[in-house]
Amino acid sequence: MEIKIQTPLTVSDARALKAGDSCLISGVIYTARDAAHKRLCELVAKGEELPFDIKDSIIYFVCPTPAKPGQAIGSAGPTTSYRMDAYSPTLISQGLTGMIGKGKRGPEVIDAMKEHGAVYFGAIGGCGALLSNCIKKAEIVAYEDLGAEAVRRLEVVDFPAIVIIDSYGNNLYETGRASYLEKCKNS
Amino acid sequence: MSVREINSSLITEAVKKLCIEANCHLSCDIKNCIKASYEKEDWPQAKEILERIIENFEISDKRDQPVCQDTGVACVFLSIGQEVHIVGNLEDAVNEGVRQGYGEGYLRKSVVRDPLNRVNTGDNTPAMIYYDIVPGDKIEITVAPKGFGSENMSKIAMLRPSDGVEGVIDFVCRTVEEAGPNPCPPIVVGVGIGGTFDKAAYLAKKALLRPVDVPNEDPYYAELEAKLLEKINSLGIGPQGFGGKTTALAVNIEKFPTHIAGLPVAVNINCHVTRHKSEVI
Repeated sequence: MEIKIQTPLTVSDARALKAGDSCLISGVIYTARDAAHKRLCELVAKGEELPFDIKDSIIYFVCPTPAKPGQAIGSAGPTTSYRMDAYSPTLISQGLTGMIGKGKRGPEVIDAMKEHGAVYFGAIGGCGALLSNCIKKAEIVAYEDLGAEAVRRLEVVDFPAIVIIDSYGNNLYETGRASYLEKCKNS
Repeated sequence: MSVREINSSLITEAVKKLCIEANCHLSCDIKNCIKASYEKEDWPQAKEILERIIENFEISDKRDQPVCQDTGVACVFLSIGQEVHIVGNLEDAVNEGVRQGYGEGYLRKSVVRDPLNRVNTGDNTPAMIYYDIVPGDKIEITVAPKGFGSENMSKIAMLRPSDGVEGVIDFVCRTVEEAGPNPCPPIVVGVGIGGTFDKAAYLAKKALLRPVDVPNEDPYYAELEAKLLEKINSLGIGPQGFGGKTTALAVNIEKFPTHIAGLPVAVNINCHVTRHKSEVI
């Protein structure tokens, strides 16, 4: 059974989610990856305002292909998240409650998620064409000079994401694999 | 034998077309392999993910849309017949093909000019070009766009000869296990054994060009490929790392003679979006 999520994602919404939950996210989310994360954290360090309201927001680690005429966006699947580990704790401390990516996260990120109440979702890596169906609108809101890496505001409808790490530190990468191997042992 | 002249504009044209085709249409061997894995997979979440992966490449085929947003760096392999004379600048011709293909094909530009002072080149050039001089009067061009989620999980080891085949198996399996969910499993594992430090890495990349349903022509290495695949798929990582038997779709090995003192082994990981398209001029 899928859980419907409407953004903004409050801390109490985030705290209610458990690793392994299948979710469908609707509303506004923001894109950012390596270069944009670096700039966002530089702004935080200087005490300056971020280009979008980060409180209760979700950042999708993605860098889409260019949209063809008539498309809202090109292919848009997740990028590997660990490259954002150096920056995510800072953004979580500023009110970020959700991240969508793929792959492992470091202990510093998980600690920040537990402390502030944030969730790490996974979207299926390598399914950029399929996932683009759920993105209805995309506009650049910051760092246009970064080209493909610019920060975009996306409007999504029923974007499929699985909770990989919840705000208590439970991790589907550990439990999923362990229960599969347990099943193999018993069969 | 007379020299055959080939105008470099033909190379540009071919590279452009191959960049677009490779990114928007997976080859049949990989599609069939994913479909077969779907049939065999019995872990519910893994099966569901494989179903989405199939749905994704079917959408790409229908819409001529990139299978993955990481349309990669363009790895271009040129096998140039030694009887060929190329009219015009070959390297420029390849890069022009990449520029046109990534522009006209609405592909992502993912190359930075300098590894430390990172500014995007804006047209996905330069390509990574590999030249081979071979007998004949033709040019075979293969374009293999390589995504970096999987490239970043690749590794090389200079093993001791005494480590033997067990050492190779251990290193390959450890590399895949450490990568876990990061390279978008199910993966294709390219393994280069022998040569020198750099040659092994090249062999591993080249191994990824072989269709996943074609084993190594040397029976010993074909058997090693099968054994490695079985070992990797017993790790339980599964599609996207949520558990399951489909961690890898194939293991392809390429080998080369090496020094009496060495046993270089390189592992180049590719995701389920393993792309390559070829054309002969």
